[in-house]
Amino acid sequence: MNTLRLIYVFFRVSVLNETAYRVNFFIQLFQSLLELGTALAGLAVIFSYTHALGGWRPDEMLALVGVYFLVGGIISLVVQPGMSALIDSVRDGTLDFTLTKPEDAQLLVSIQRVAIWSLLDLLMGLGVLGTALVRLGQSIGAAEAAEFIGMLLAGAVIVYSFWLILASLSFWLVRVENLLEIFQSMYQAGRWPVSLYPGWLRFALTFIVPVAFATSVPAEALTGRLDILTLLGALGLALLLFAVARLVWRLGLRRYSGASA
Amino acid sequence: MSLLLELRGLLKLYAQQFKTTFASMVQYRASLLIWMISQVLEPLVYLIVWSTVSNGSGGSVGGYTARGFAAYYLALMLVNQVTYTWIMWEYEYRVRQGLLSAALLKPVHPIHSDISDNLSSKLITLPILLVIVGILSLIFHPAAATAWWAVLAFLPALALAFLVRFLIEWTLALAAFWTTRVNAINQVYFILMLFLAGQIAPLTLFPRWLQIVADILPFRWMLGFPVELLLGRLTPVQALEGLGAQAAWLILSLVLIRSIWRAGVRVYSAVGA
Repeated sequence: MNTLRLIYVFFRVSVLNETAYRVNFFIQLFQSLLELGTALAGLAVIFSYTHALGGWRPDEMLALVGVYFLVGGIISLVVQPGMSALIDSVRDGTLDFTLTKPEDAQLLVSIQRVAIWSLLDLLMGLGVLGTALVRLGQSIGAAEAAEFIGMLLAGAVIVYSFWLILASLSFWLVRVENLLEIFQSMYQAGRWPVSLYPGWLRFALTFIVPVAFATSVPAEALTGRLDILTLLGALGLALLLFAVARLVWRLGLRRYSGASA
Repeated sequence: MSLLLELRGLLKLYAQQFKTTFASMVQYRASLLIWMISQVLEPLVYLIVWSTVSNGSGGSVGGYTARGFAAYYLALMLVNQVTYTWIMWEYEYRVRQGLLSAALLKPVHPIHSDISDNLSSKLITLPILLVIVGILSLIFHPAAATAWWAVLAFLPALALAFLVRFLIEWTLALAAFWTTRVNAINQVYFILMLFLAGQIAPLTLFPRWLQIVADILPFRWMLGFPVELLLGRLTPVQALEGLGAQAAWLILSLVLIRSIWRAGVRVYSAVGA
């Protein structure tokens, strides 16, 4: 309950901050629409030559694009801003202010910044996903829906933990922004089903930079492609990475010496 | 004689810029690696997507087999690498921070240091990219039926593509003089590039009307045209027409750059200036 209250407070502060710059809303709307239009036009070009891409029909690909924008929206809404701020505050010692607060510091750094206009990406992703769901219609049963929601949550936890681990490396290393950028540039590969990719690339997108769990796996769950092994693997990895992230964060904090100490 | 002296001065400037760029790139090896990943990944993804489409529809799509797509996208990686610029982000930073003031005081046009910086960094990244393309060739087995004259004509086409792309992106970067929201402008530009330069698909796969639009605008001439030429997909007449279009865009962008630069410097003001 307390966690939810904190999230609400931080979100409200961000809204108040951002609404002072209203033009940003329109710029972001323009850019998000362009990005979505590009993704859809790209699909249109490809499906003008084929009925199915590696077994994925147009409506199923639409669902994947929806998940891609939804998860991408979540990342740029809270994960990316918070983790960048964490790296900066470790470097210049302002993490002190967070640590003195009587709440869990990991939670505080994770929600400290909300880039609210990224909600547009998130909403657009939901819209595309909804459209795809309507068009896929009765082929989605309760089992698929439950698996989908489970995989989406697992994917979000995996992505968040991965970012937190990378950002926590800033307790030991000076320049880690670059590492975060690797995720951002690999993420674009998640717009397509990972099953298309050759083994080595699929491996990299699954185990080195876990993009596959963020987009492909939830979309597989929705379209009834998910095998039980991947399902359990994703859940296991989510738990494992979350625990590792917590551990790395704790170890990092122990190393942190602050600005004045 | 004075022209000769001026040329020698420029040459010295380019050599010095190479040393500076080289030193800073060695310093930021990690950024270099990350930049390479994003540079390679996008064409690689389209290579895989189109190969899948091709294999799924009887082995050929719009005249491209899976191996044909591999050749197309690997060549695209190379041409993109040679013609690529990052000046549009750089200028926004320079204008916002007032860094341009120092450049304006120098007795040479600032575009020279930008060109030499661009070329120098490519001397370093190109060998790395060649290795990557070599490895990807072993994986995807590219195949193209090219001709000797096409390979020869590719060299001037590549040089012209670099010049046109550099001048156009440099001109576009000057938008930073008038607005702080260059990101939106850049995004529009990159989407046009994606569709009309042949990145999302070879242009011959598009409907006819879109191909005509691509012929008129500069994007195809900065990327797609040299690629198609190298792969032997153009007739000699098409190749000559293409070189002509590139030359026309070169002249046009030179005219544009002069007038926009003058107007831009006039609105520029920095603290302390």
